[in-house]
Amino acid sequence: MKKIFKNINMIWARFKGTGDKFWDELEEQLISSDISINTAGRILDNVKNASYETGITGLEGLKDLLKAEIIKILDGQSAGQLEISQQPPTVYLVVGVNGVGKTSAIAKMANMYKKQGKKIIFAAADTYRSAAVEQLAHFADILDIDVVNHQRNADPGAVVYDSLEKAIAKNADMVIIDTAGRMQTSYNLMEELKKIKRVVFKRLGRDPDEVLLVIDSTTGQNARSQAEIFLEAMDISGIILTKTDGTSKGGIVLTIKNDLGIPVKLVTEGEKLESIYYFDPVKFTDMIFS
Amino acid sequence: MFEQLTSKFEDLFYRIRNKGKLSPGDLDSALREIKLALLEADVNFKVVKEFLANLKERALGEDVLESLTPAQHVIKIVNEEMIRMLGSTGGSINFASGGPTIIMMIGLQGTGKTSSVIKLAKYLKEKHHKRTSLIAADVYRPAAILQLTDMAKSIEIDVYSAKDDDPVKISKAGVEKFTRSGSDVIIIDTAGRLHIDNRMMDEIKKIRNTVKPHQVYLVLDAMTGQEAVNIASAFNATVECDGIILTKLDSDTKGGAALSVYYTLRKPIKFVSNGEKVDDFDLFYPDRIASRILGKGDVLTLIEKAEKVFDEKKAEELSRKIEKQQLDFEDFIEQLKAIKKMGSLDKVMSMLPIAKSNKAFKKIDFDQSHLDRMEAIINSMTVRERRNPDIINGSRKKRIAMGSGNSVNEINKLLKQFAKTKQMMRHFSSLKGKPGSPFGGPMGI
Repeated sequence: MKKIFKNINMIWARFKGTGDKFWDELEEQLISSDISINTAGRILDNVKNASYETGITGLEGLKDLLKAEIIKILDGQSAGQLEISQQPPTVYLVVGVNGVGKTSAIAKMANMYKKQGKKIIFAAADTYRSAAVEQLAHFADILDIDVVNHQRNADPGAVVYDSLEKAIAKNADMVIIDTAGRMQTSYNLMEELKKIKRVVFKRLGRDPDEVLLVIDSTTGQNARSQAEIFLEAMDISGIILTKTDGTSKGGIVLTIKNDLGIPVKLVTEGEKLESIYYFDPVKFTDMIFS
Repeated sequence: MFEQLTSKFEDLFYRIRNKGKLSPGDLDSALREIKLALLEADVNFKVVKEFLANLKERALGEDVLESLTPAQHVIKIVNEEMIRMLGSTGGSINFASGGPTIIMMIGLQGTGKTSSVIKLAKYLKEKHHKRTSLIAADVYRPAAILQLTDMAKSIEIDVYSAKDDDPVKISKAGVEKFTRSGSDVIIIDTAGRLHIDNRMMDEIKKIRNTVKPHQVYLVLDAMTGQEAVNIASAFNATVECDGIILTKLDSDTKGGAALSVYYTLRKPIKFVSNGEKVDDFDLFYPDRIASRILGKGDVLTLIEKAEKVFDEKKAEELSRKIEKQQLDFEDFIEQLKAIKKMGSLDKVMSMLPIAKSNKAFKKIDFDQSHLDRMEAIINSMTVRERRNPDIINGSRKKRIAMGSGNSVNEINKLLKQFAKTKQMMRHFSSLKGKPGSPFGGPMGI
């Protein structure tokens, strides 16, 4: 412990005067990609530390250290698969605030898994927003996937229950549940989500295999609050980062992983059904510095 | 909205206030805290730099350190600079003279354009008594047209759509149709698009050049991060924007994007949208939001909302009753109805400063269905029972339970809650407040 403090002090001494501007600018770059100021500070401290220990002080060398530090935070989540249950149907519950691209992400996921030969059923559990069901049905049509829906304003839990029944009856491999967008601060709507989860547990004897929080990469620091509150309510297993074809870097997912331990699992970009990928920490880090 | 920033400033100024006098070091640490708070609120880092430079210059220029009340002085400067940074009061729409006023709404995907179009239409219809019509020019997103027509139907507004046409032609035909039919305002709902998608950006430029809208509004998600400035600048460079509509302020976002965008574009924030109900739409008041940042609560908004739905006389009567502790179930149900009219309960509560600072308040169940149940129970009471809740004994409870389709347990809960509310009201009325408003107490500043 003592040694760490000594190191930090020496690094500070070394960079003070000559390197301040350099570090300031690095910090600004991190912040401009929506990484929180706390995470940015932590990353830079570690880089300074590593720089002292390795003797690396050149610009390119420091950049590599910085990338390595970011990849370290994102690690433990190498581009892997999502959980597939041994007892079908595998259930993916997709949640998030309004307008992040939940339905599009679901369509892209379904396209991906359909190509792997999976039989999928959509549960249209957004019974609230105008035309939400029709939006999902449109994708279901294109992808030739069954969709379970009820009337407008029906109980989302009932939709989910029926979709599980249907999946079991039809021997489907997978149920993907589309939920209404909701602000994390809305108590009632968060309770409604918990109920959906309970319905899955009641019918299958286990929780959904993945509870995926969709985060819009354009979002700033509020994404952390979204992740924290959804995690508390729902035990989020991973993040789907959307709209990465824009100019925002989505750096807040770094803060979310660092602070809350929720990994990014999937990344989407563009409006094509094919534009969905497993998250790759190295590629993502390169993007932050592009 | 802006809640976290508010609490940051509160902490900071509380500490300074306790010290009384400010040292040069204090000023720097205050500025540092403000910097952190602004960055955490998603204010663009370049904007933060300039804001702090202005702040410091003013603070030093006005000899804040010599002032007898330096903390208040700093607060005053921060407040003023913040208001300046947020621009002027929104909402003023320049209606065209002769012929309809054409408004075009643009923005990224998922910012809430369609909802904002509906909310604005209802606002113009009710507040300005304008015959408003809509054009559905988003032919890309599945079911976008259906979403607009469906919502428009609920507020009885006409929509022009042509599913398989091109958005430029649709806009042109729609404007022609509604001009002929004598609309006062025509709002065009365009598809969400990326600001770096040349083809799509070209499309809104063409729409603009074809129908020549009088106003172009950029719809901005209040949760947008550091890129907000670049996004807004790109849209503004393509089709000059006349104003911003800030959406999703009902989340706990700090909304720093609004500050950055106004600061960079110098385009006014016209309206804010803060909930899923069609009425969750308001003019933008920079001073209110700045004072909210500084911890005074968005009191004026709530007073206005309350005044809109509470009958003035009834409110006075209620205030008197609260003071005399004569609140009964008749008043209670009146209140329930009014609160329901104001929007969702948790949103109303979130506007009260006390709700933010008081932990006990946070735990209160703001369940809307709960309100409905309460209403049903009270409706099953006799007039005498409503006026004298004390007479509600066991057999009366049973009858009320049967009548309202609830258990006796629920009746007990409501009675208890009523007693608690009475107590709470008493507490509020002991605070100094605006007379005549039932919310005078908790909102008094």
